[in-house]
Amino acid sequence: MVCESWKETLDTYLDGELPEAEMRNFDAHVRGCHSCSADALTRVQMKRTIQVAGRRFTPSAEFRRRVQQRIAPKPQRSLGLGWMLAAAAAVILVVGAVTSTYVGTRSGGGQVFSEIADLHVATLASSSPVDVISTDRHTVKPWFQGKIPFAFDLPELQNSEFSLLGGRMAYLDQTPGAHLIYDVRKHHISVFVFQEQSLRAKLDDNSLAPKQLSFNMETWSQGGLRYFVIGDASAADIDSLAKLFKADT
Amino acid sequence: MPLFDQLYNFAHWLTRNTEEAEDLVQETYVKALKGFSSFQLGTNFRAWMYRILRNTFLTSRTGLRVTMTVPLDPEQDEPELAVENETPETILMNRSNSQLVLSAIDDLPMHHRETLLLCDVEEMSYQEIAETLSIPVGTVMSRLSRARRTLRDNLGRKLQGDEAVKEGKRGTNYGL
Repeated sequence: MVCESWKETLDTYLDGELPEAEMRNFDAHVRGCHSCSADALTRVQMKRTIQVAGRRFTPSAEFRRRVQQRIAPKPQRSLGLGWMLAAAAAVILVVGAVTSTYVGTRSGGGQVFSEIADLHVATLASSSPVDVISTDRHTVKPWFQGKIPFAFDLPELQNSEFSLLGGRMAYLDQTPGAHLIYDVRKHHISVFVFQEQSLRAKLDDNSLAPKQLSFNMETWSQGGLRYFVIGDASAADIDSLAKLFKADT
Repeated sequence: MPLFDQLYNFAHWLTRNTEEAEDLVQETYVKALKGFSSFQLGTNFRAWMYRILRNTFLTSRTGLRVTMTVPLDPEQDEPELAVENETPETILMNRSNSQLVLSAIDDLPMHHRETLLLCDVEEMSYQEIAETLSIPVGTVMSRLSRARRTLRDNLGRKLQGDEAVKEGKRGTNYGL
């Protein structure tokens, strides 16, 4: 078998779990080895398919309400126990919010913003945040052809502080879209593009990003597409990137 | 509520049943609330929540039934065989046959299914999975390897089965 020893650890490599030096060696090998790169591509596709298929089940809104009511502090309890439960609930919520780096609402437009924030955080935490790695918009844009049911333009970044890092597929409300990642002064910014019609039930033209988000976010609708720009960069940077998109699309 | 969607999805994969998944998630939050004093700030909150959910599942009637039928499977200190080159079937993996993938994941033994989902769906690190499942990192790696190999085999069989069914249908159409 070709490259047997490499292929034994190929999955570990793709999971981003090899020590740093081995990762570098593997990177170099995969770039030069047709057999391993083809194998790696197939396995990445399989991982992606499992990821999409694995997010199969969604809780109903009614169930969410039920659990919220169940764990909410009960006023009729004794004062001491009530305070303890309230404090525990508050700490769990805060810790959970820090874990996901987001505090938001989960209904209507709020739910969409919440999911966008989740997608942004999950992607940056991933060992492989982008599927197409390129700073060239003419490489990234064609990568989406055939993967999403619409086309979009990417802005020219010359003379701006932004650089394109790459892109990946994103799913929002079971609808495919494009997820682009930009860098500005070491801050990563996500730009999501989805079909407006698929989100119309949850967002309208006046939908504004909620202010309680830990991130800065802008969203707008243009040419039948819904754009979201989100990141921990300053509001001015988010706005600048949004303007580049608005001008070019 | 933090991690609500993810925990529900994971619970459904464990229980394979909507009502049981809801009960499991609800119980997880109640237990997390009551036992919050056992959570050490600064440690992994996500792994802690998943561990509560999983332990709750394992002590449920369905969980006990599942674990009693888990086949004995040596997991540690065994050199892994090199994975064969991908079959043509895996190259065909795309959205059009995601139902097959769902079914193939569902067919995995519980220990393999949960490890694969925590890695590929929740994108947990091996260390985080080890904390969640209370097993060594080496066991995480061997379970993942076996899960992926079994999944590939399952998919291959299912795709062949699909083809056979299509052939059969074509055959029976002659008499119509």
